[in-house]
Amino acid sequence: MTHSSTVIRLEDVSKRFVVHKEKSLKERLVSRGRRSREDFWALKDISFDIQSSSTVGLIGANGSGKSTLLKVIGGIIEPTAGEVLRKGRLAALLELGAGFHPDLTGRENVYLNAAILGMSRQETELRFDQIVDFSGIEAFIDTQVKFYSSGMYVRLAFAVAVHVDPEILLVDEVLAVGDEPFQQKCLDKIRSFQRDGRTIIMVTHSLATVGDMCDRAIVMDHGDMLFDGDVSTALHTLRDTFRKEEEVEHEEEPYLPTIEAARLIDIATDLEIDRVYAGQSLRMEVDIHSEKEMSQWIVGMGIEGNLGQAVFGTNTERLGIETTPFVGDKTVAFELPRVQLGTDRFTMHASLGTVERGTFQKIPQILAFDVEDGTRNVGTLSIDATARVVK
Amino acid sequence: MSNASKSRPDEMFADTLQNISPPKGVIAGTVHTVRAIIDRRDLLFLLVQREFKARYKDSSFGVLWSLIRPLAMLLIYYVAVGKFLGAERHIPDFAIYVFSGLTAWSLFSEIISAGTGSIVNNAGLIKKVDLPREIFPLSAIGTALVNFGIQFVVLLIATFALGAPPRLDALWLVPISVIVITAYALGITLLLSAWNVYLRDIQHLVDIALLVLFWASPITYSYAMVHDVLKGGFLEQLFLANPVTPAVLAFQHGMWSPGAADTIPGDLGWRLLATFVLSLLLVAVGQRVFSRLEGNFAQEL
Repeated sequence: MTHSSTVIRLEDVSKRFVVHKEKSLKERLVSRGRRSREDFWALKDISFDIQSSSTVGLIGANGSGKSTLLKVIGGIIEPTAGEVLRKGRLAALLELGAGFHPDLTGRENVYLNAAILGMSRQETELRFDQIVDFSGIEAFIDTQVKFYSSGMYVRLAFAVAVHVDPEILLVDEVLAVGDEPFQQKCLDKIRSFQRDGRTIIMVTHSLATVGDMCDRAIVMDHGDMLFDGDVSTALHTLRDTFRKEEEVEHEEEPYLPTIEAARLIDIATDLEIDRVYAGQSLRMEVDIHSEKEMSQWIVGMGIEGNLGQAVFGTNTERLGIETTPFVGDKTVAFELPRVQLGTDRFTMHASLGTVERGTFQKIPQILAFDVEDGTRNVGTLSIDATARVVK
Repeated sequence: MSNASKSRPDEMFADTLQNISPPKGVIAGTVHTVRAIIDRRDLLFLLVQREFKARYKDSSFGVLWSLIRPLAMLLIYYVAVGKFLGAERHIPDFAIYVFSGLTAWSLFSEIISAGTGSIVNNAGLIKKVDLPREIFPLSAIGTALVNFGIQFVVLLIATFALGAPPRLDALWLVPISVIVITAYALGITLLLSAWNVYLRDIQHLVDIALLVLFWASPITYSYAMVHDVLKGGFLEQLFLANPVTPAVLAFQHGMWSPGAADTIPGDLGWRLLATFVLSLLLVAVGQRVFSRLEGNFAQEL
């Protein structure tokens, strides 16, 4: 294991965008004096260090500044204030196939795109076969790319990008390309980058990807760095901001029924529990309350893993339950026989909605429980696995 | 300051963190840019190649089109201006005269018009990839120089075919004129391509300015004709102050053998030198302005 050192350092980086509406000379002359320009701070005093061979996820709502941050790190946007320090060769996968020319053949575009990403001609020649091999479109390499399907296009672009051999890789939402086998190939490539000790910084909306691949996450919110640290706390922080925004949105709305409470009960003893063993039969009860008559209502529940990944989910509609209109309190009980979960911490959510309005309340982590399956196995599921040597 | 000036790509593997924003000083900044471009010369070459390959990809005549256009222009000026308007009577070997003027002019105009739009037209790349952005105006110059080379060969063949090969004693003016035109156009292009990002009207202004400059340069008429009308007054000095004029005159003087010594201003050498010095200044200023503005290209495009 090599000694890890700082490869990226941001010191009080801020970025101001000037939002002006007019673009042409005429418009500028006409609106002179009352120029419609507004300042907008996309990043405010961001400082952090990133160590070599770490994988960092930048997460946040749309417009939180995470893509701008990535571009500042990549040197594509110059910060208004502050400094970005960096060490090592960097490749930015912000858009696959940036610089592909539709009229040129795949082969010509490989050379062009590789040069754009900073590879010399000799390096490209050396890796050309690998690139084509990875893309899996050998048969069309001498066809103009305008005749490519969009899948072939991104395959070739991704193949070039990952062969640039960077020490730092910036990735912006480009992992979701191609068909499933190719996506798997891309993720495998990213994992092999991780094993090689390269530094990866990724912007993604897929929280599952962050939980899966990153060892550190930075949560952005309206240009501020809200949290920087371990992934599971970061995901909780981000979900909290989403929930706050949802609550703000709902303030002006008319009366809506609410989820009051939820309980996790062991069916055998009829007691509330927060520790579960593998194979236990459980019941989740959700209490709801409505001041006005509510019809065609739906109550949902789900189990999430430690990183927020969905483990199980259902609702009254999926289970074929007819709900009758009511005013006041109601309780729904979900029976969950023989739950085979592996050793880990899990959370449960409850949600409430109607057929007409959709889901209007979802409480993540309304309950939490620990599972002990009594084995040394790992993973979300508990399986009575055995092994023997057969040959 | 000290670590800033070192952040060029070949030292990216150094063991210390490097500031990634280009140094702010005039000299340090220019050195940084020149180094970055030399590092990416493969890309520059490929961009010029892309331009040609893409332009003629699906046409059966291919690169021949680079010839057909100037030849058509030659025909128009030769017939309309030379024969009908009678310019031919005062200018011997008018075809060579017009074509050498057009060749020098089209080098200038092609750099300016393609270069001005080069940043905006490559928006996709500039927004997504960290590159020395000067590479785009430079690739416009590369493309224009290749086109110029093709036309120049045609011109050379034509002079021999028409029995008026260039005079050896004045031929040295040709490379000098090409250098002056390229340097001058480079300075202007750096300025205009950067401004065009913020003010798209530049593109249209350039079209008109090029049209005016074309007729303000001695291409379809001779300097002697201008001299006869303006008689060396203030207006003639203004005419000569057009920086393209001395370069075009020098080019014609080198390629067009019947050009007698009295059809060019006596101080052409000094004027060329002055234009060249002006060009270098323009390149320096243009480069500074360009690097000032390029930090915001990605968000303005």
